[in-house]
Amino acid sequence: MKTIKHLLFFIAFSTLLSACNKKTTKEISKTDYQCPMECEGDKVYKEPGSCPICKMDLKPSTKKEVKILSDEISETSIFNLTSSWNTEDGETIQLKELKGKTLVMVMIYTTCKAACPRLAADMRNIEAKIPAKYNNEINYVLVSIDPVYDTPERLKSFSKENFMEGKKWTFLQGTEDGVREFANVLSVKYKQISPLDFSHSNIISVFNRIGELIHQQEGLGVDNKETISKILETFQN
Amino acid sequence: MKTSMRLTVWMLLFFTVYANCQSKMVLIKGGEYIPLYGRDSTKVKVKNFYIDVYPVTNQEFVTFVKKNPNWKRSKTIRLFADSSYLSNWKSDTELNEHQKEKSPITNVSWFAAKNYCENQGKRLPTVDEWEYVAMANKTMPDARTLKNYNKFILSWYEKPKTYNQEIGSTFENYWKVYDLHGLVWEWTSDFNSVLITGESRKDVDTDSDLFCGSAAVNATDLMNYAAFMRYAIRGSLKAKYTMKNLGFRCVKDEK
Repeated sequence: MKTIKHLLFFIAFSTLLSACNKKTTKEISKTDYQCPMECEGDKVYKEPGSCPICKMDLKPSTKKEVKILSDEISETSIFNLTSSWNTEDGETIQLKELKGKTLVMVMIYTTCKAACPRLAADMRNIEAKIPAKYNNEINYVLVSIDPVYDTPERLKSFSKENFMEGKKWTFLQGTEDGVREFANVLSVKYKQISPLDFSHSNIISVFNRIGELIHQQEGLGVDNKETISKILETFQN
Repeated sequence: MKTSMRLTVWMLLFFTVYANCQSKMVLIKGGEYIPLYGRDSTKVKVKNFYIDVYPVTNQEFVTFVKKNPNWKRSKTIRLFADSSYLSNWKSDTELNEHQKEKSPITNVSWFAAKNYCENQGKRLPTVDEWEYVAMANKTMPDARTLKNYNKFILSWYEKPKTYNQEIGSTFENYWKVYDLHGLVWEWTSDFNSVLITGESRKDVDTDSDLFCGSAAVNATDLMNYAAFMRYAIRGSLKAKYTMKNLGFRCVKDEK
């Protein structure tokens, strides 16, 4: 009897240990399909088929190989944060799953009337100035500071209303704790003034492929020339 | 009989050990008050919660670091603490000769403080909770209008190196909590909700371009200079910053 008990204990213990060491590897790169005539610009499809406009067969997109990055994360990388986030499509991710692309991040909330629409416009202005050939190397991320109200569904409709759809746009809902921590990494300040209304700093942050902060654009409607050039630099490295 | 005796002894031992690891806490009865900076300058509700009687000490933090080697000075990554993190310790796990075990721990970042509290099953207090407890003097839960109360705090601001004193060396307040004023500044969980100074970066005060709704945050009592200083400090901090005179204590929700 005693031996069995010991054995059970040992097994439980070793499973615990091995559970800690488990590493989850994730496939990031998938093949996308594009219309060879680019009827819809650089719209991509997840599955093969035909273009709805010119009816030609979709071709696998000729995107560059995703650069292979080492697994090492540097000390200042935001991928050190282990908080979980929900995307507008209802997926649960950690920030490190965004690794490999340049990240342009901003914190907003969807019920905001004053600054957020302008911040969203600033994001679109940046996006408009980045050449389309980099579309697969950049991710525009909008993080909600109101994790209670901004559900994935709400974020999804916000993305539609603001013409921020497609795979280069990502919306994130975190936990109150995770959002506070993330804001601290970005040095973004915010306070809930009343339900559905927050005071917050208007900062757009640029991270390189390995999650290191390289530039912050502060204020609304400011000249984004420097931000653009910093983003372009991240593609070279 | 023998078993029950043995059990009592074990229980006693267990509790003393437990009480030693867990620093002393007291229950704070929640209520409403008007903070210096609040939501629309109206009353803020604070629920019942437990708070550490004293700030976390050097010794307690040494124990924490030994158990959590990730928070050793040499291991802590720059995202979570700047280069002065625990910089006056002799080594990764040893205090310097002049540092007292019972002095409050300082030179810790918000991330480190938060992690420490979570490790104890606790959390950092919110600004509102901290201010709620700290507005008490020895006999009243809200002494902010008293001249003496403000004078004491302001005189502390002028005293150098109070972080070298031991915990419990200031007064016990109405809630039986020590050292909220007089030893060190303390981290709060949502310190980054203070928007009064912009970010003390290139932007200016209540810059409507940088802050959405910034006009809604205003001082309800500018006379309360002592509190104003605290909010100003919070407004200028970043989570990875560490300061010689900035420590912390933890709180816990009432179950």
